Amino acid sequence: MAKVLMKGNEAVGAAAIKAGCRYFFGYPITPSSEIPEYMAKAMPEVGGVFLQAESEIAAINMVYGAGGAGARVMTASSSPGISLKQEGITYCAGAEVPCVIVNMMRGGPGLGSIQPGQADYYQSTRGGGNGDYRTLCYAPASIQEIVDYVMLAFDKADYYRNPVLVIADGMIGQMMEAVEFKDREKIELPPKDWATTGTGGKRKPNKVNSLYLQAEQLEIHNKRLQQKYKEMEENEVLYEAYGLEDAEVVCVAYGTTSRIVKSAMKLAEEKGIKTGIIRPITVWPFPYDVFKEIGPKAKGILAVEMSGGQIVDDVKIGIEGRLPVYFNGTTGGMVPTPGSILASIEKIAGGTK
Amino acid sequence: MAIVYEKSKGLTDTPFHYCPGCTHGIIHKLVAESLVELGVLGEAIGVAPVGCSVLAYEYFNCDMQEAAHGRAPAVATGIKRVHPDKVVFAYQGDGDLASIGTAEVVHAAHRGEKITTIFVNNAIYGMTGGQMAPTTLVGQRSTTSPFGRDEAHCGKPIRIAEMLATIDGAKFVERVAVNSPANVRKAKKAIKRAFECQLAGKGFAIVEVLSTCPTNWGFTPVKALEWLKDNMIPYYPLGNFRDFEEEK
Repeated sequence: MAKVLMKGNEAVGAAAIKAGCRYFFGYPITPSSEIPEYMAKAMPEVGGVFLQAESEIAAINMVYGAGGAGARVMTASSSPGISLKQEGITYCAGAEVPCVIVNMMRGGPGLGSIQPGQADYYQSTRGGGNGDYRTLCYAPASIQEIVDYVMLAFDKADYYRNPVLVIADGMIGQMMEAVEFKDREKIELPPKDWATTGTGGKRKPNKVNSLYLQAEQLEIHNKRLQQKYKEMEENEVLYEAYGLEDAEVVCVAYGTTSRIVKSAMKLAEEKGIKTGIIRPITVWPFPYDVFKEIGPKAKGILAVEMSGGQIVDDVKIGIEGRLPVYFNGTTGGMVPTPGSILASIEKIAGGTK
Repeated sequence: MAIVYEKSKGLTDTPFHYCPGCTHGIIHKLVAESLVELGVLGEAIGVAPVGCSVLAYEYFNCDMQEAAHGRAPAVATGIKRVHPDKVVFAYQGDGDLASIGTAEVVHAAHRGEKITTIFVNNAIYGMTGGQMAPTTLVGQRSTTSPFGRDEAHCGKPIRIAEMLATIDGAKFVERVAVNSPANVRKAKKAIKRAFECQLAGKGFAIVEVLSTCPTNWGFTPVKALEWLKDNMIPYYPLGNFRDFEEEK
C-alpha cells in the first residue's frame, strides 16, 4: 500500500479501524480531540459505532461494557482525561476485558497545559489505578509507529485479555508524516468464549467481574494476573538501541524526545564524543536487560524526558548502580533542545575533546 | 399433583445473601420471571451495581457484567451498542444510581439508550452499613445523619422517576413498591413493560422500586413494610410517569 500523509491523531483512528476496532467511546480534550473527530466520520463508514460519552468516566465504562461483550474497542484522551479513566482501566484489568487506550500526553499536574508532555510515565507504567495490575504500554516516536503499534495493541489486548495503552505526547498527535499501512503477521488469538453475548439457552452464563469477596479466591485470581504480567515482561519488551558498545554517554528517551536526542547525538559525534541510545518502545515492560550491553567506556547515562524525571527510576533499575544516571528534562510544553541535550552529553563525557 | 409454584428459571441455584426481610429477593424474582415470560432469558445481558445487589451476577441466570459504582448505565450502553439485538438491563440501588451515578443514568436516558434499568430505592446505603443516601427522607436517621436528615444541611431526597420523566429519551418511567402482594403484582407488570419498551426499540426504560432495609432501618421485616407505606410512598408517589404507547 502506498504511503499517505496523516496527522498523528488521525493515524490513531485509521489504524484502529484497520485493526478491526468497530467501537469508539470518547470525550473531547486537547490535544487528542482529532481522534474522536476522526472516528465520528470514519466509524459509520465501516458499520462501526462512534459515541461521544458524557464524561471520560462514562466513556471508559462503555469500553468496559463493549470489551466485555466481545468487541474490539478503543478510547482516547489526554492526561487529565486519562486520570478520570483510571477507575475503568483498573476494572478492565481486574475483569480481564481487552481494550486499547490512547493517551496523547500534555503538561500537568492538574490542568497543566495543553502542550506536549511526558509526565504520565509513572501512571502509564505502574498500573495507574487501584490494585496490583499492569498494562502493556507502547510509546511510538513517529506517525508510522503510531499506526504499527495501535494495530498491534489490539492483538495484544485480545491475546492477554488486558487493557493496552499507547502513549504519545501531544506533538506526535498533532504533527503530520507519511505512513504506510503494512500487512501484519497474523497472531493466533484465543476465542472470546468468556464474553457476554447472551447464553442463547445453550451454555452457562458468562460473568465479567473483578469482585472476589473470598480472600483465598482473590489471591488465586491475583496470582494468575501476576503470572500474566510476568509473561508480558518476558515476551513483549520492544526497544531500539545502538552505539552501546563503545559509547561514552548512553542516552535514554522515548517518543518525541528520542528524536531530539538523536539530533543531539549527531552534534556530539561532530565533537568527537561517542554516544549510544536506548529508546524503549514499550515503556512497560521496560527494556532493563539491554542496559547490560553498555560497554566499559561509558561514563554515565543521560535520561531525557518531558517531565521532572520519571523515567530515571527505570533507568536506575536497568543500570543496577554501575553508572551514574543524569537527567535533562523540561515539563509540559517546553521541549528540550538538541543544544541543551548536547551540553548534558558534553558534561557527562568530561568536556569537548 | 399439579405444580402451583416453582422458582424462576431466570434465577440460578445460588442462595441469596440478602438480610431477612430485605425485598431485593422479590425484585430479583420479578426481573427473572419477566425475562422468562418474554422468552428472552437467553438473549439477556445484565449489569450488576456496587451496593447490596453487587452479587446479582451470581443470581441472574444470564450473562452478566459487574460495573463500577454508578456506572451500570454506561456499561450497559457499551454492551447494547455491541449487541443491539440483545436485551440489556442494569440493576442499581439508590446510592449507585441516584448519587454517584446520576450523570450516567441521566445521559443514558437522554440518548434514549435502549436498555432497561431496575432502580431499587430503599432510602439508605445498605451494604456499607446504613449511611444516608440521596433518597433518605427528611428526619430519617442513618449512621451519617445520626440526628435525622436535616433539609437545611443536605437538602431534600431526590425523586429520580420524576426527574427522568422530563427527559425525552426516557420512554418508560414508573415507580412501584413491593410492600404488599397487590403492589408486587403491579411491580411485576411495570418491570415486564420496561423490557417490552426495549424490545419494541422505543428507548430508555426505568422502573423505580421502593424497597425495604429492615437491618439498617432498625425495624422488623413487617414493620419495615409498614414504614415504607407510611413514609416513603407519600414522598415518592407510585404510578406511571411515562409510557411509550402514549406517544403517537
